[in-house]
Amino acid sequence: MFVSASPVYLDAATAAPLHPVARQAMLAALEDGWADPGRLYTQARRARQLLDAAREATAATLGVRADELSFTPSGTTAAHAAVLGGLIGRRRVGAILVHSAIEHSAVLHAAERHVAGGGSAVSVPVDRAGRLDLDAWSAAVRAPGVAFAALIGASHEVGTVQPVPAAAAGCADAGVPLYVDAAQLIGRAPVPAGWSVLSASAHKWGGPPGVGLLVVRKGTRWESPFPADERESGRTPGVLNLPAVVAAAASLRAAAADAAAETTRLAPLVDRIRHRVAAEVPDVEVVGDPVDRLPHLVTFSCLYVDGEALLHALDRRGFAVSSGSSCTSSTLRPSHVLEAMGVLSHGNVRVSLHRETTEADVERFLAELPGIVADLRAEAGVVGL
Amino acid sequence: MSEPDEVLDCRGQRCPLPVIALARRLPQLPVGAVLRVLADDPAAAVDIPAWCRMRAQEFLGAVAGGSSYDVRRSR
Ligand SMILES: Cc1ncc(COP(=O)(O)O)c(C=O)c1O
Repeated sequence: MFVSASPVYLDAATAAPLHPVARQAMLAALEDGWADPGRLYTQARRARQLLDAAREATAATLGVRADELSFTPSGTTAAHAAVLGGLIGRRRVGAILVHSAIEHSAVLHAAERHVAGGGSAVSVPVDRAGRLDLDAWSAAVRAPGVAFAALIGASHEVGTVQPVPAAAAGCADAGVPLYVDAAQLIGRAPVPAGWSVLSASAHKWGGPPGVGLLVVRKGTRWESPFPADERESGRTPGVLNLPAVVAAAASLRAAAADAAAETTRLAPLVDRIRHRVAAEVPDVEVVGDPVDRLPHLVTFSCLYVDGEALLHALDRRGFAVSSGSSCTSSTLRPSHVLEAMGVLSHGNVRVSLHRETTEADVERFLAELPGIVADLRAEAGVVGL
Repeated sequence: MSEPDEVLDCRGQRCPLPVIALARRLPQLPVGAVLRVLADDPAAAVDIPAWCRMRAQEFLGAVAGGSSYDVRRSR
């Protein structure tokens, strides 16, 4: 009899499994957090208390003021608001956005919107490890007419942590506010210093999907790019999904409290994957900075292997991973991150671990991967090339 | 850029097929020969130079006009 192996979910960088604290908080908030916190009756006051408590807890975890923090409908919305709002707030200075070549598509799409509206955008390169070229960055932000700068805190595709403090120093010298997309950092690593605007996404830390964070530091010239709405300090329109916000806040506190211990547990597993994949799978390129990296994410590309075929083969064996290969995307473009790094873009796999990942899960993945890749290469007739 | 010794037409093929075709053909040419790969999958622009680096072959560059890459067998 064929017994299928238990599923191993290794795509936390897309969405981490819901933290049990998030589930509890969500269920409780569904009971007494359904009213609109903007109204003046008892039920609304209860909802308002829950929202205020969620904001204060989240702000305390991030080390910011509660009135600097807004909840948004997603990390993507927060990124759009961050970029476009930062540009609008400084439109008298100029219309140039500086960003790294490896931003999340949410930031790049906001940049495209800005350019379509007559602004311009300058993309700063990264090295082979996916690390920002700091000299090019400092030169770019010093140019006349630069209104705003955007830097991903750590790459969601290859895990390289960016030199945010040094990039922020360059921005400060030039008088340009810096936005950091911290979606892969918050809940796992300390919040970097030096930014004026920050965003994050709850489903990356074990909160529910559909909650983002937008932080705008006091004194930053930022204006909402959306039609007027007074909720969330006017930063992001529409009623909040309060039960999800409450769950996001509770799980962030739990994740941040465990972050150091989780790093100690997961970073060696990531190192193990990096070394064993390189040693045991022929013709593989393990990408991303080997040292300055996220504790939970590892990416590699397998020469001559079709990325989509590899994902399906892994899925059939119970492994859920993601890929930056163009073969797996609707655009047919290679991943702009892998392209900017100049590393192999096909046969790409991103593995990202979370609080439920065990050493046994990782060992099973490592035990099965070489055979899966070898079978695909045999099928494609590329063995020995 | 000077004329290549041979042209490999991989237009219409999706990644990683152009790289596989390159890996099959280049070792059959003499050391020093230049192979031009025609490939319109945008991933080829990333993957052909990356393959050259991994295999220690010489990537001469993208040919003006696009979708065309020259590789020299260097060993
Ligand atoms: C770095 C980064 N920024 C932004 C986002 C978007 O967040 P969300 O999925 O909440 O829209 C993600 C998630 O894909 C991400 O990894």
